[in-house]
Amino acid sequence: MWRGDHLPIDTVSAGASFLSLLESRGMAPEWVTPGTGRIEVPEATTVLAIRYVDGVIMAGDRRATAGNVIAHRRVRKVYPADEFSAVAISGTAGMAIELTKLFQTELEHYEKIEGTRLSLEGKANYLARMVRGNLPLAFQGLVVVPLFCGYDEFSGVGRLYTFDVVGGRYEEQDYAATGSGGGEAKSFIKGVYEDDLGEERAIEIAVEALVAAAEEDAATGGPDPRRGIYPNVVRINEGGIGEMDDDRLAGVAARVMGGRP
Amino acid sequence: MSMPFYVPPEQMTKDRADFARKGIARGRPMVVIEYNDGVLLIGENPGGSLHKTSEIYDRIAFAGVGRFNEFEMLRVAGIRYADLKGYSYERADVTARGLANAYAQTLGQIFTHEMKPYEIEVMIAEIGTSTGDTEIYRIQFDGTLRDAAGFAVMGGMEDELTERLASTLDGVPDLGGAVRAATSTIEGIMETSIPPEDWEAAVLDRLLSKRRKFRRLESDEIGQLRSS
Repeated sequence: MWRGDHLPIDTVSAGASFLSLLESRGMAPEWVTPGTGRIEVPEATTVLAIRYVDGVIMAGDRRATAGNVIAHRRVRKVYPADEFSAVAISGTAGMAIELTKLFQTELEHYEKIEGTRLSLEGKANYLARMVRGNLPLAFQGLVVVPLFCGYDEFSGVGRLYTFDVVGGRYEEQDYAATGSGGGEAKSFIKGVYEDDLGEERAIEIAVEALVAAAEEDAATGGPDPRRGIYPNVVRINEGGIGEMDDDRLAGVAARVMGGRP
Repeated sequence: MSMPFYVPPEQMTKDRADFARKGIARGRPMVVIEYNDGVLLIGENPGGSLHKTSEIYDRIAFAGVGRFNEFEMLRVAGIRYADLKGYSYERADVTARGLANAYAQTLGQIFTHEMKPYEIEVMIAEIGTSTGDTEIYRIQFDGTLRDAAGFAVMGGMEDELTERLASTLDGVPDLGGAVRAATSTIEGIMETSIPPEDWEAAVLDRLLSKRRKFRRLESDEIGQLRSS
């Protein structure tokens, strides 16, 4: 852990990487499991991303489950990674949140030291490496599978990436979803997706896809007006990243839920 | 075998300090000024791809003068210090005072233990939530740590610049006022005119709605601020 006020001036080998810096100081996060048996920890469920005309929308429900218990109702699964990208998590919540924090710090650290941001492709590749580092734990059921999306400043379009547990990184064309309700969300989006979606329509589709997933998947939580719980939705375009506030999402949720049988 | 000559510690310290001071005085000056919505860091830097100012953390910025490779090393170490601390604890726990102390310790060590002292001086600025909360720290080649109120100058012609800026600045200026005061004072002392693209300027801007308050001023903006 943090060891006082020593200035890390001698750590030449770390370069611009924060994770290498942590490793060189023995501070990298580690999870050591006994090798047998499984433990029940909170898992995050459905997250998705949709390309729209100016960039990309990313959304996630708020529920975390442990077995058949609702562990948390207000979990955040969609995080800004930096000014032009976001990461959404599914799988073992605690590990995924730590991985996200590390990824955010990594991007900021690189940007400050090098004076320029990583390319979107570079960020996705780095995230894949972090997921791959987690492989041994995946065999014990502690799986972390993120979804990554962002605005590509070089080509001026939104792009999205999915991953698998071995660190495979796949660029998706128009939409992607992962987590226990991911399949349901994807088949909903498939039915309504069209090219050059406007922002409002893309947000509507994202929220309605989560509603559709929540209807079929017990581990996914739909919008809950009674408790004031709404999905997390971020939008990334040329102007950077922006988070949708609950008032707007309450309106969208009422519209899409009102239209459902 | 030759015997090394005995050098009294007073003499050795003085020689090292003179050496470092000479190196620093050759370089161009850098000025840090508090303005009503933040802090301005500005200096002449033609070329401009090797920066003298940098973001360290959300509300903390860095400026250095002297040998580039030496203050660059401190800049990178400062970013590492801040990111490690913020990652281990919480973002709010990273403070300019802690970083300035770490810099002072390191430079003090280098001054007495290394073959050659660093020929640099660095400043750390941190903005608070309102005018008057700003902290500016100067750390010299030998580890001397001082805080400054309102503004500070380092590098060549430091004394003349400090004197003239003190008489130019009246209270806390706005950003335009701070840019005009710094640029005209430096130009006055150097007796030349410096075009906007030859300045390097950055601010910690309280008005930015983002968590990270550091931003660089492009030459267009510097030109506009100077003529406003």
